[in-house]
Parts: sequence; structure tokens; C-alpha cells
Amino acid sequence: MTWPHKDLLDVTQLSRADATEILRAAKSFQEINSRPVKKVPILKGKSVILFFAEPSTRTKTSFDVAGKRLSADTFSLAKSGSSLTKGESLKDTVLTLQAMKPDAIVMRHNMSGAAKFIAERLECAVINAGDGWHAHPTQALLDAFTLTERWGGVEGKTVLILGDIAHSRVARSNVHLLRLLGASVRLCAPKTLLPHAVSSWGVPVSSDLDEAVRGVDAVMCLRLQLERQQAGLLPDVREYSRRFCMTLPRLAKAAKGAVVLHPGPINRGWEIASDLADASESLILDQVASGVDVRMALLHLYLTRKERKE
Amino acid sequence: MSQADLVVRSAALATDPQTPVDLFVAKGRVVALVASGTRPVPEGAKVVEASGLILLPGLSDVHVHLREPGQEWKETIATGLSAAAKGGFVNVMCMANTDPVNDQACVTETMLDKAAKSHPKGPRLFPVGALTVGLDGKALAPMEELKAAGCKAFSNDGRPVADSELFRRALEYASDLGIPVIDHCEDPYLAPHAGVNEGVVSARLGLRGAPTAGEAIQVARDCLLSKYLGVPIHLAHVSCAQSVDIIRAAKAQGAPVTAETAPHYLILTEEACEGYDTAAKVNPPLRTRTDQQALLAALEDGTIDVLATDHAPHAAHEKETPFDEAPNGISGLETALSVTWELVARGELSAKSLISAWCTRPAEIFGLPQNRFQEGDPADFILFDPAARWTVTPQSLLSKGKNTPLLGRELTGQVRAAYVAGKNALQA
Repeated sequence: MTWPHKDLLDVTQLSRADATEILRAAKSFQEINSRPVKKVPILKGKSVILFFAEPSTRTKTSFDVAGKRLSADTFSLAKSGSSLTKGESLKDTVLTLQAMKPDAIVMRHNMSGAAKFIAERLECAVINAGDGWHAHPTQALLDAFTLTERWGGVEGKTVLILGDIAHSRVARSNVHLLRLLGASVRLCAPKTLLPHAVSSWGVPVSSDLDEAVRGVDAVMCLRLQLERQQAGLLPDVREYSRRFCMTLPRLAKAAKGAVVLHPGPINRGWEIASDLADASESLILDQVASGVDVRMALLHLYLTRKERKE
Repeated sequence: MSQADLVVRSAALATDPQTPVDLFVAKGRVVALVASGTRPVPEGAKVVEASGLILLPGLSDVHVHLREPGQEWKETIATGLSAAAKGGFVNVMCMANTDPVNDQACVTETMLDKAAKSHPKGPRLFPVGALTVGLDGKALAPMEELKAAGCKAFSNDGRPVADSELFRRALEYASDLGIPVIDHCEDPYLAPHAGVNEGVVSARLGLRGAPTAGEAIQVARDCLLSKYLGVPIHLAHVSCAQSVDIIRAAKAQGAPVTAETAPHYLILTEEACEGYDTAAKVNPPLRTRTDQQALLAALEDGTIDVLATDHAPHAAHEKETPFDEAPNGISGLETALSVTWELVARGELSAKSLISAWCTRPAEIFGLPQNRFQEGDPADFILFDPAARWTVTPQSLLSKGKNTPLLGRELTGQVRAAYVAGKNALQA
């Protein structure tokens, strides 16, 4: 398959066939990750800059591991170690990086649209590892892959996304991708953590978790950031957890065999009960494993795109 | 009245385009406006043939940012006034958020001096003084001193006064001096300079939006204070239907409020921010089609009195950033008349309302020179070619600010001449 996209900025760029191809490729790379020697020479000679202007453990390490297992050279740059702290503009920083001729830049940034901004100015592939509240396409893809692994596909399934929807790039990307792949999506959050125009997203919305969880096949918990409480969006964490913490008794109201996901990092007892996080219904660590599979697939697709065309 | 030294022949009036007229001017003042060919041209008078052109009174822009002193890389008084003349403006009021802030006479005097030196033929500059020292919203600016230096109004535009008690006292003090106050209506807690409307687009793009209520709450406060104190307040750049409803009700109850909106709110919606287009980032933000229709209706019925550009030039590199980082503002002086004329051509705005909003009402509210084409009026007029088509490009704009979402768009109608007191400000 000739890969048609230069950059991965948002799942809204992808057709259903594109998304299915990524998941298929991820499955093929999964096998490599179970070998005793987890390295193949597919991307030998390619270089990938991991430019993370925001803290990250999972995503950054996952891309790093994925790149190295494909024999790409990966280089890390954090905002704190970059000239952004000296007042350099984002444009000048990324043009400087491009001058070093990387094949791809994987970027996380705290501003929505930052990935699109740099992609329009760079010749190399840009993979969005999360931009502000806007999009986190690789997280959505790995979530879909995790659920596909469990169910064989997401078509016809119902997924509840729970928590801070308003400020979540994970939610925005998952709502779109899961629906693209044939799943139904519901949202549950206090009104203060929902976008004002959430009705335009065309999915059911509730502030009653006990009601929202009924009959769903999966609950995708989101991380609660303490600054939401400081910004006056929540009374306190205790009250949030009373209303919106996912627990085993609440999950019992879901469909038989329902699972929980969480993009991490998790706050045990706030968004998800500790026993549920460790239970067999929890796919949290499966998501981390899937992350490497999916990112290997993405690096392969985006870094060998030109060779495929030729 | 002395014999005419300038005659504009065969121009059309916007309100009666079928009947050509001749305009007679002497020593910078109007002598007469008559049906074409009904009065002989005096010997020696300069004749300007204006067949096919629309004759309009000179436009007044009561809300521009000229950036000098302090941010001359964005705009200078010289470049800003050149852009104003090209847009058909003969009177320009410039806001106080310069660096240093225009909160003392020496800043006002410097602005006026620069204008006189760079544009001796006009357009005329009328600085707006700061309402509070440093625009900090803490202490009243020395308003009498600013008035004496030449300020025509006071405003904290850009940094609205959240403290209602201080704002009340500022209104009372300014009214003592007979100078109007212009308020930028924005609850700083509800709508912190987001640059995008809170709605469908902001929800999709993951941007914090500014709700219309953040503007309307301050509009309501101002209307209540204006009525209570019996003092005028001019409400800047009204952007939404909620504000219009409140202003209409306040006027009906006798509050001496007046209001303006800007052309970009009439022709663009929040969708212009799609793709994180920083050229469309403006404060207050672009709203919805419903808001647009309410603003047009309000211009037509006089609820909104004035059109003003809120010309806010920025350097290209300042807008070439992710959306959140970009400064708010659209460069608007040179496109304003073309885009509002297009509304007239499409039947969405009457020519009468256009003239009222660009010419008559701003002059009345702020005491600016005004041409009603009556004998003795200042000969401030423009000749507008309604058939001209031009494309907005960086090269086509005299302003240093090329930051407009209209770049690349073809517009209809262009100013061919802008006369200030009988002299064409478009000629060097």
C-alpha cells in the first residue's frame, strides 16, 4: 500500500482504510516485540527527532523504543533543553532541527495546532504526539488496537469516555477514531469539564456515571489534572472521585466482560479505583504494550513512504 | 462664499446613483452640491471628472491602533495614516495602548506632531487618551491635560476596566470635561483574550474560547451605568447578538449609549479560525452567522451607530506562531470600505446606513469635522469606484500590518481619491 500522508496530525486525516492499515501493520510488528532479540533493520539509517515540549513518560519512551527496535536513530529534545527557553520561536526551533535532516519529527506541544503549524513548514514527516487539547492520534490508534486485540474489532461496540473531556486531546481523537471504526461512543463528565459546544460532536453526553456506564463494552478513563480544581472547575478531588471514579461495582453495570482503559499516568483512587486498575478487566498495561506496536507501524509507514512511492 | 477653486463633476451619490452631481469647493470648504451641469464651472477652477465614481463624505475611523510610539515595527503613524487615506478615511482616532501609554500630554503631542509632519494634507489624527494611568485600571489618567493636548476621547481599550467602581468614577470625571469614554467590553475572567469564539470551532480545535456572555455582561454593566449616571458611553467593537439586544433595550430606556462594530464581524464567522488561522484571531473573536445577522440589523435600525475598523497591525512573524501564542488583531483600514460596500451591493446593508455608520454618526459622537455637503462644511470627501476589482495581497496594503484573513480575496470597490479640506490626501 502506498501511504498517502506526509504527516500524522490528527485522526480526522485518516480514512477508515488508513486506520485499518495502521492496525494491521501494528499487528505485524507485535511479533517482533515478543522475540528474544527485538530489533529489525527496517529503518536503518533513518533519524527521528523526539521533540517533547511537554513532559511525557509513556509516549516519548514508546516512540523511542519503537524507533530503536526498527534500527532508526532517535534523538531527544525537551523544551527545557531547547532554545525555546531563550525566547526562540517555535518556527525557528523546528527549522533548525530540520536543517539537521531528520526523516521525522515526533512532537508534543502544549498548544493546540502546534503540530499542524510545524508540519506546514517542514519537509520531513511530522507525527503529532499530542498538541494542547486538540489531538493525540497515536494514543487513539493504540487504544483502538488494544480493543481490537481484545475483541477482534470495535465495530458495534460501545465505549464510554469518562472524565475531563474539555481539556483532553485523547478524548477528541478517540471520539472520532472509534466512530470511524464503527463503535458507538458516549461521554460522561461534570459540565465544567465538557466543551460548551459538545452537542456538536453528535454523541450522547451525561453527567451521571451510574447511568452512562449501563451496557457499555469499555470505559476509557481520562486523567484528572489538579489544576482543574485550582481553576474552579471542581470543588475538590474527593468529590470528583465520589461522582466520577470508575470502580468495580460501577463496572458491574456495564456489559458482561466490559473492560477499562486509561491513557496514563493514572491517579489511583481519583479516576480509577486501585483494585480495578490492577484487575483483569484493566487494559492499562496492554495499552502501553500496544503503544510500541502502533508506533513501530507508524514510523514504518511514514518513514518509508517516499521509497514506496518510488 | 468665495468662488469655487475645485469642481468634481458628474459623480454619483450612494443614496441616489442615477442622478449625477457636481460638487463645488472653495478654500477647502463646500460651496454647493448640485445636479450635474446645472451650474457653470468657474474659470480657473480645477476640474475632477468623476463619471462612474461614487461621491461619499470622508470616512471617520474612531478605533485604530497605530502602534507609535513603541512598536514601530508593526505600524507607524506615517504608515497608518497612509493606509487610512487609501481606505477613504479623513479622520482617524488612535487608541492609547502604545508604549509608553498615551496617558500624558507629551505622548499626545508627539503623536500629533508626527501626523502633521508625515501627512500635512491629512488624514487628520485624533488621539484617544488613556482612561487610567498606564491602562492599569487602578488610577484615573490626567484627563484634562490629555484633552488640552488634543485627545478626543478616553479609553482603556485592550485592557478593559474590571473594577466597576473605578469605571464609574472615570465616567463621571470624563463627563465633567465633556469628553466621551470608549469601553472595550470584556469580562476579563469570563473571556480572557481567547481570540476564538466559544463554540463549535473551539470545541473541535481544542482551543479555549471566549463566550459571548463575556462581552454582553460588560455591555450590560455599561448600559446600566450610562443610564444611572446620565453620561455617554461608546461601546467598542460589539461582536454578538446578545450585546445588540442589551444595547437596543438600553437605548429604548433612554441610556445615552452608542456602539460600534467592525467590518470583520459582518463578513466573517468563527469558521475563519479553522486550521488555526492566526490571521482570523481577533478580540472580541469572530462569532456566528446569527450574530452577524443581528449586527447587520442593528446597523440598519441604528442600535449600532458606528462602523470602525479596530485596525490592529502586527508583524508577520508575530502571527506566524501556534494560535494560542499569536496576538489578537486584524489589519483593516484598507479593506473596510470595500467589504462594507459589498454588503450594500448585496442588499444586506443600505447605503444610508453605510454613510451614517462611517461618516455621520462618528463625527457627531466624537465632535469630529463633518461634511454633510452643505455650504461651509469642510470639503472632506472621497471618490469611490464601485466597479474596481482588486485582490488583497501584502503588496497591495500600505499598512505595515499585512495580517488580514482577506489576503488572496478579490474585493469590489476601491477609493480613487480622499480629499481632506479640499486636498487629495492620496497624492504625495
